[in-house]
Amino acid sequence: MKLECKHVWEHISEYLDKQLDTALLQDIENHLENCEVCSAILDSTRNILVLTADNRTYELPVGYSERLHQRLEKILREGEPLTH
Amino acid sequence: MPPTVEQEKELIARILAGETNLFHDLIRPYERMVYLTILTMVRNEGEAEDAAQEVMINGFRHLKSFRGDAKFSTWLVTIAMNEARQRLRRSKANVQESLDEEKEEREGDFTPAVLTDWREIPSEALEKKEMRQKLREAVEQLPPIYREVLVLRDLEELNQEETAKALGINITLVKVRLHRARMMLQKMLAPYLKTAAPPAKTGLFGRMFQ
Repeated sequence: MKLECKHVWEHISEYLDKQLDTALLQDIENHLENCEVCSAILDSTRNILVLTADNRTYELPVGYSERLHQRLEKILREGEPLTH
Repeated sequence: MPPTVEQEKELIARILAGETNLFHDLIRPYERMVYLTILTMVRNEGEAEDAAQEVMINGFRHLKSFRGDAKFSTWLVTIAMNEARQRLRRSKANVQESLDEEKEEREGDFTPAVLTDWREIPSEALEKKEMRQKLREAVEQLPPIYREVLVLRDLEELNQEETAKALGINITLVKVRLHRARMMLQKMLAPYLKTAAPPAKTGLFGRMFQ
């Protein structure tokens, strides 16, 4: 089946998550082989996901962990009952 | 190495039996996840840190209600997301945002940006600090209902079921919102994803469409 670009765009997310059924996947791959526009959209979206998951994109504030455990330590030491 | 489900269960049992000090070890693998989930939602570092501490304290106080049918990490991120949602709701700025959000849902354009002079992005471009900054800014601009799905799926890398559970929505909605969120990001970031390549020789990019 010949797909239009717009139709391919609707499935980019599922394509990246590998959730497409075999028939549609084949149609989309055929389309991508011949379409620069859709390939560019796919690659740029994939790159955004790589960047999102990159540990350096978001950083923890300096001392975050220490402050967290310090505050917890008080709560734990007070031995508050674990209710519910 | 993250602890196995079995190790975690044992740890939880011991904490509930009175070795409360082990709670430090239990949450250590999830400190980052809890903080970033809240940060990306409330968009304020100080508030996110305070909220993350509250989440961990609540996690301790309500540990008994953890049934073990979900992963501990999913249980914890659910508490974190609820805390973030509550804080967002409380903040005045959000009044406007939730209105925008509804508009977005009805009229949003979720098609990607077409990159006419695009070439394979060199990996150095993605390595740049500036690119990471742009991404954070773009994520901040997503309406909350899309942002929360994107954060859990693509930043925290939870699976669809876990994401649905943490947000209290069904899997179909997770998929729809994730797709829209990704397309919105692609659209916002497209200008920065171009290389310095000259524009395509064709005057009308429509020519390249199939």
